[in-house]
Amino acid sequence: MQERVRQLLASQKVDTGAVIPLLQKVQETFGYLPQEAIGQVARLLKMSESEIFGVATFYAQFRFTRPGDHTIKVCLGTACHVRGGSQIMETIERELDVKAGGTTKDFKFGLERVACFGSCALAPVLVVDDKVYGRLSSGKTKEIIAQHQ
Amino acid sequence: MSNVNLTINGGKVSVSGNATVLEAAQAAGIYIPTLCHHQGLAPHGGCRLCLVEVEGMRRLTTACTTPVAEGMAVKTDTPQIQQLRRNILELVLSEHPHACFTCDRKERCGPLDICLRNVGVSERCVTCPKNRRCELQEVVNYIGMPEMTVPYTFRGLSVEKDGVFFDRDYNLCILCGRCVRVCQEVRGAGAVAFTYRGSQALIGTAFGQPLYDVGCQFCGACVDACPTGALVERSAKWMGTPDRQVTTTCPYCGVGCQLDVQVKHEHIINVIPNKDSPVNKGQACVKGKFGLDFVHDGDRLTSPLIKKNGSFVEASWDEALDLVVRSFSKYKGGQFAAIASAKCTNEDNYVLQKFVRAVMETNNIDHCARL
Amino acid sequence: MQTKAFDDIRAHAEKEWEALEHSQKPRILVGTATCGLAAGAEAVLKAIEAELAQRGIEAILMQVGCIGLCYSEPMVDIVGPGQARVCYGGVTPEMVTRLIEEHVVNGRPCSDLALGTVGKGSADGIRPLFESPVLKPQVRIVLRRCGLIDPENIRHYIATGGYRGLAKALKMSADEVIAEVKRSGLRGRGGAGFPTGQKWEFCRKSAGKQKYIICNADEGDPGAFMNRSLLEGDPHSVLEGMLIGACAIGASEGYIYCRAEYPLALKRLRIAMAQMEEYGLLGNDVLGSGFGFHLKIKEGAGAFVCGEETALMASIEGKRGMPRSRPPFPAVSGLWGKPTNINNVETWANTAAIMENGADWYASYGSKGNSGTKTFSLVGKVERTGLIEVPLGITLAQIINDIGGGMLGGKAFKAVQTGGPSGGCLGSDFLNSPVDYETLAKAGSIVGSGGMIVLDEDTCVVDLARYFLTFVQNESCGKCVPCRVGTRQMLGILERITRGEGRAEDIDQLQTLAETVRDGSLCALGGTAPNPVLTTLRYFRSEYEAHILEKRCPARGCQKLVSCYILPDKCEGCGICLKACPVEAIAGGKRMVHVIDQVKCTRCGACIDICPPRFSAIKKVSGEEIEVPPEPIPVTPKKKAAKTEPAE
Repeated sequence: MQERVRQLLASQKVDTGAVIPLLQKVQETFGYLPQEAIGQVARLLKMSESEIFGVATFYAQFRFTRPGDHTIKVCLGTACHVRGGSQIMETIERELDVKAGGTTKDFKFGLERVACFGSCALAPVLVVDDKVYGRLSSGKTKEIIAQHQ
Repeated sequence: MSNVNLTINGGKVSVSGNATVLEAAQAAGIYIPTLCHHQGLAPHGGCRLCLVEVEGMRRLTTACTTPVAEGMAVKTDTPQIQQLRRNILELVLSEHPHACFTCDRKERCGPLDICLRNVGVSERCVTCPKNRRCELQEVVNYIGMPEMTVPYTFRGLSVEKDGVFFDRDYNLCILCGRCVRVCQEVRGAGAVAFTYRGSQALIGTAFGQPLYDVGCQFCGACVDACPTGALVERSAKWMGTPDRQVTTTCPYCGVGCQLDVQVKHEHIINVIPNKDSPVNKGQACVKGKFGLDFVHDGDRLTSPLIKKNGSFVEASWDEALDLVVRSFSKYKGGQFAAIASAKCTNEDNYVLQKFVRAVMETNNIDHCARL
Repeated sequence: MQTKAFDDIRAHAEKEWEALEHSQKPRILVGTATCGLAAGAEAVLKAIEAELAQRGIEAILMQVGCIGLCYSEPMVDIVGPGQARVCYGGVTPEMVTRLIEEHVVNGRPCSDLALGTVGKGSADGIRPLFESPVLKPQVRIVLRRCGLIDPENIRHYIATGGYRGLAKALKMSADEVIAEVKRSGLRGRGGAGFPTGQKWEFCRKSAGKQKYIICNADEGDPGAFMNRSLLEGDPHSVLEGMLIGACAIGASEGYIYCRAEYPLALKRLRIAMAQMEEYGLLGNDVLGSGFGFHLKIKEGAGAFVCGEETALMASIEGKRGMPRSRPPFPAVSGLWGKPTNINNVETWANTAAIMENGADWYASYGSKGNSGTKTFSLVGKVERTGLIEVPLGITLAQIINDIGGGMLGGKAFKAVQTGGPSGGCLGSDFLNSPVDYETLAKAGSIVGSGGMIVLDEDTCVVDLARYFLTFVQNESCGKCVPCRVGTRQMLGILERITRGEGRAEDIDQLQTLAETVRDGSLCALGGTAPNPVLTTLRYFRSEYEAHILEKRCPARGCQKLVSCYILPDKCEGCGICLKACPVEAIAGGKRMVHVIDQVKCTRCGACIDICPPRFSAIKKVSGEEIEVPPEPIPVTPKKKAAKTEPAE
């Protein structure tokens, strides 16, 4: 792990304000921010580990535990809320026996809530990995999960 | 920068153009309550208690962040401001225990009384190490205890006891950020930081690691900056208010940091670096801040010892100095050497080397810091 | 001077565009912005490719941005050689064969599937799209190219008038450019509505050699996607605006701060910037004018507060996105302590249009003091959801009824929410009010970045206020006390009310807390966070009272305050709901009237959704009980007879 992080960081451009792009790169590679990586980013940027951790925990994008193979992001933006986004969330929570922000026991699915994808006209919306599904109902949601099972 | 003139509550004030409204008010002896502002730190504007009215500004503004301007007219205590401050204070107290204000036994409880448990254990005044020497209490005293319409929620965190010098109890933290800012801005350590955000925001370390794993030097600057009982020196934790305070020079090295030594029952209970000293400006290192307890150590030498018949025997200073003088006159020149201590001041060290070279006629002088 | 170089580029681009317009090959344009993709545009695109390949048809297949009619995505435009461009909506892969067969092969547009024609020319039985009720009241300035050009092709942008505003600006002095923008009356489209020209002037006059400009593309308002669509559909218009601003302000470096949740917008921005460099529009010497400008993209990492200027700058600097007090203003001390000018995506795009067509032209749209147009994402319970651009001063009724096609499913209008978590809910009293900065502010809401969410009788405004508070207390940066603690306390009260545990004093307490947060907070996020609560308290107080005093949710939206019943005279015992119930709260059997166990029921509504409309046997009520049998009873034949009559 350490070696992989080292190689990854070595390939990155380091300039002022590089913290967030570096963390994004680490997360892109590992799917989350391992504790070792935070330490290495800190040493690279000559910042303290706590400061980097403070920055990382500020932004909703960053996670600190291993994600599932598939990430399901349920939009709970206003338009989705008004059109029943929370019911979609509940359906998935029930189907997969996982709470928002968690990962299923078999690490197959991670479930996240997202503030808005900007696909409000097609609300309610969810995203599995990078694919957007709009105009959902409970039934359609179950089908989508089944497809990825 | 040249001075500017402004009025605060109708009174004329003249201050440097670099000053903030808060500094101008302080210079004029006008109290503005604040919790996040701290001498030596950049303005933060987080606690919002120093809100003041500036003529011509649309909203109330924080005195700590607003620079003064020529002709500015500031009001610090209109009824509107007082009400808003009370409302904000209510929010501060909704995440900080405040039975020290609301307990009906407050006035009657003597220092040795057992708490009659009128309030929950997490809220008792006796369970707060800063009771009666707490900045938050001062602020509440000025603004007035608000009627608590929102519930107090106890965070239920366990006290972090990493290291031997101080404890961190974030149940008492009001997130003023002074500790974070002093650690980052002044000390350059960044051992603690704001973590998470919104209602989850908390001061902490990377992944909650103990302080000694995240680059903490245990200088204690955070403890000195903390306005509440969240960060407290372990030595002073349950000692209450000191009997007296003595300002002295730190004995550890030649920098000459000024320390305010707090004494109770003729014991040093705590050390606060002197804020006005030009040498250390309210800062100290771990030795000065936490290392003065050697004074009361049972093994400490408190009188000179002279070796007689193979073992040390206590002697008076006169006797000891006489012995030294007699010996010095016998060993002038190359057979003499002196080693100076870093615990002495620069002046002491200067005098010693002068003495060795001029009187003892040798250059055999060295210093422990070089060893 | 640079004119020669740019003229060459332009001539080249126009030639290419001309060749495309008069191409002898059929052209097929597929809307593949995020909304199109969400509706299934990718499958449609693949079906078209397969169909074309199978038939051996040589056609120009283009991917374009969003035209704004999101309700009819996925959309496909087909242009036969020498024919009018016909736009089809709601295209499925199954429809592709017919479209290719009839329109592309036989040259006969399918009038029954068409939404309208776009641009010049006409087709039998198809009316021009821009004459349709949804587009007619709209004025498209920033969105004028969205859906019409290939956003990944800079030559399309140039051929349709792009970078002409920049060429003009480069010939003018900085003061003239600023004067032009000032004269246009353009105000910040990010929400606050500060005059753009004036903002530029502050930064220009600020001392310092190094200055920055920033494009705020951190569209964090949940329920808004104007900026995403624009960046996906016409990225160059934003970039051109930034170049104009940079040359007027004297900034040599710029940043685009864009949310990472918008991968397609980011991709298109990167492509656009690479093309600009290729054409000499970025770099040390833009179009040979001697003016140098460099641009970087910074991806946001998910924080609503970073839409606030000072938080955004902190985030670019790699810090926690916590706002700081002003003064100093960014125009004096911004990014890395240097004078900085921040504008929103739409503001930048507007300046490009203003420089191209002139301030007077721009000011001829909109109303006095509110010139020009504003984009809104019209979503929620309207028939036609989508991205719209309207002149400021238009009424809410025009937007909702004319453009939006009225309420979804013919339900009654209740309120419109503008400005997202920072805005307010305005009821039917405001339907005839003009949409402009001052009117909305006076009503307690804001124009905001342009989210416009329409609510019908089934939406509970108390629940909506609770939703927004959940959002802001989560998105608050945590720096200042009123916002961090106040929003949490407000949320606690709202949660209690929506659970039916409200107390009589809650309304007053909410009001006090809201005012404390509004007046005491450090930044605009906190300052405006109470707006959803304050406006709903002001205009829908009776709903709060119903929740608190009667434990009833008039809109039947609060799960804890509603109950679902199966009406015995309507239930046909089909068993569909029984199977759909996720918590097995429904008892029944074949030809038995089903009964919901009120204790087990979570009020998720799955049964209501699934009950066949011809039965409509399940009713949601609040504050009342419906008498139903305690356990399943046989369906009586009498009722069956009644049910065979046509449904109402």
